[in-house]
Amino acid sequence: MSQPARVIPFDHQQSAHCETGVISNLMRFHGLPVSEPMAFGIGSGLFFSHMPFLKMNGIPVTSYRILPGWIFSRFTKRLGISIRRVTFRDPREAMDELDRVLAQGLPVGLLTSVFYLPYLPKAFRFHFNGHNIVVFGKEGDEYLVSDPVMDGPTRIHRSALIRARFAKGMPNIKGRMYYPTQVPADADLRTAALRGLRRTARDMSTTPLPMFGSKGIAYLAGRLRHYERRLGEKDARLALGNLIRMQEEIGTGGAGFRFIFAAFLMEGAKLLNAPALKDMALEMSRIGDQWRDLAYQAGRLCKGRAEAHITYDHLADKLADIGRQETAFFKQLHQCAKQL
Amino acid sequence: MKKEEVPQDDANMLEGKFKVVKYALNENGEFEKVPSVGWEPENVALSQAWDVIHERVEAARQQVLKGDLSPLAYHMEKNMMDAALLAQHMDLPARKVKRHLEPAGFAELDQALLGRYAEVLLVSVDELKQVPR
Repeated sequence: MSQPARVIPFDHQQSAHCETGVISNLMRFHGLPVSEPMAFGIGSGLFFSHMPFLKMNGIPVTSYRILPGWIFSRFTKRLGISIRRVTFRDPREAMDELDRVLAQGLPVGLLTSVFYLPYLPKAFRFHFNGHNIVVFGKEGDEYLVSDPVMDGPTRIHRSALIRARFAKGMPNIKGRMYYPTQVPADADLRTAALRGLRRTARDMSTTPLPMFGSKGIAYLAGRLRHYERRLGEKDARLALGNLIRMQEEIGTGGAGFRFIFAAFLMEGAKLLNAPALKDMALEMSRIGDQWRDLAYQAGRLCKGRAEAHITYDHLADKLADIGRQETAFFKQLHQCAKQL
Repeated sequence: MKKEEVPQDDANMLEGKFKVVKYALNENGEFEKVPSVGWEPENVALSQAWDVIHERVEAARQQVLKGDLSPLAYHMEKNMMDAALLAQHMDLPARKVKRHLEPAGFAELDQALLGRYAEVLLVSVDELKQVPR
C-alpha cells in the first residue's frame, strides 16, 4: 500500500509554547503573519488560578494561563477565522480524515499526549494530554511534524501518532484535529489585539472568587505558607516542585507566561501606537524576573540546598509580594486599555 | 529578563536534541526568542518528579519479586499509569485490572488479553510476564 509522498510547504518556526506556536505557524501558512506573543495576547492567554479542590496526581492545580484550547478559540473568534474541529471514536477513521485533509494541501493541528511522542526528550514525557502539533505531510508510514517547541520539523511513525492522538486520561483527547477553513484577508489585528488586552486585564482584575486572577496569587501564598506543617517535608517539597513545573516547563513558555505577555505588550505598543504599553511591557518583564527568582529559591528548597533563611514562610512572603504587584499592574492595565 | 540572563543550566534534560526558546529583552529593548539549554529550578523539579516515579517502579518490582503482585503491576508503574488509567486504555472495568494486578488473577489471563496488555504497555508478551532481576 504505497502512496505517493505528500509534503506541504510549511514554514516551521520554533516557539516557547505549543498552543500559541501552532496558531502562529498555521496563520502564517494561511497568509496572516502573527507572532507567537501576538497570538497569545489576542487569545488573552494570560491568567492565574490556584485550585486546591482540583487535583492532578494528588497535587492541587496551579495555572498561569487560561484553559487549554481557549487561546485558540478566543484568537479565531476575535479575527473572524473559521476553524473545523473534529474528534473521533475510531483511530482508523481519525487517521483517514487526517490523510484526506493533508491531500487537500492543508496542514492540520493535532492534540497529542507528550508521553507518546518518541521524538521528545524522555525527561519531558509525562502523561500530559494537551500538546499541540502540526502535521504537514506524509512519506510512507511516517508523518512530517512541526512541533512548535522544537527547533526544526521532525517525523513520527503512524502507529506512534495513533497512540499519541488516542491517549486516555484527563482529558480524553479522542484524536482531536483542527484546521482553519477560512482566514479573512483583511483581518483587523489592531481591534483584535485591543480586545485581547482588555479581556486579560479584566480577567486578572475582576474575576470573582479568591483563587482566580491576580488576587489568586495571594491565595496561593497563604496556602504555601502552611505546606510544610500540613503536608510534611517530603510532600511539601513535591508540591513545591510541581509549582515550579507548572510555572516553567516545556510548553509553558517561561515565568508563568509573563515574558510572552510582556513581548505582546511591546508589540502592541507599536501596533496600537500606544507608548504607555511599552512601559507596561517593561514592568511585566520585571515582575516576570521575580517569578524566576521565586522559582530559583523554591528549587533550592526542593533540593534541600537552600540557605537557612529560605523557608516556606519566606517563599510565601515573596509570592504575596508578587501578587500585590500583579494586582496593581493589571488594575493599571485595565485603566490604560480603556483609554486606547 | 535580559537576553544575557536567559538561563543556560544544562542537566541533559533535553538530551542535546534541541534548545527551548524563551522571550527576553535584547540590546534594542525589544523582545526576541533566545535559545536555552535548561534552567536549574526546572531541572530540579523534573528530576524530583522522576525520582518519585522511579521509586514507585522499584517498589512495584520488589513486590512482584516477593510474589505480592503480578508483573503487570511493574509494567503499569513503568508506564506511569494507575489501575484506572490502564483500565481506560484496555477498555476494561478497573475492578478487572485490579484483579490482574494480583498474581492469581494474572495467571488466569488468556493470550488475547495478554497481547492487549503488552500492546498498551509498550512491551512484548514475554517481557510482560517478567520483571528485571
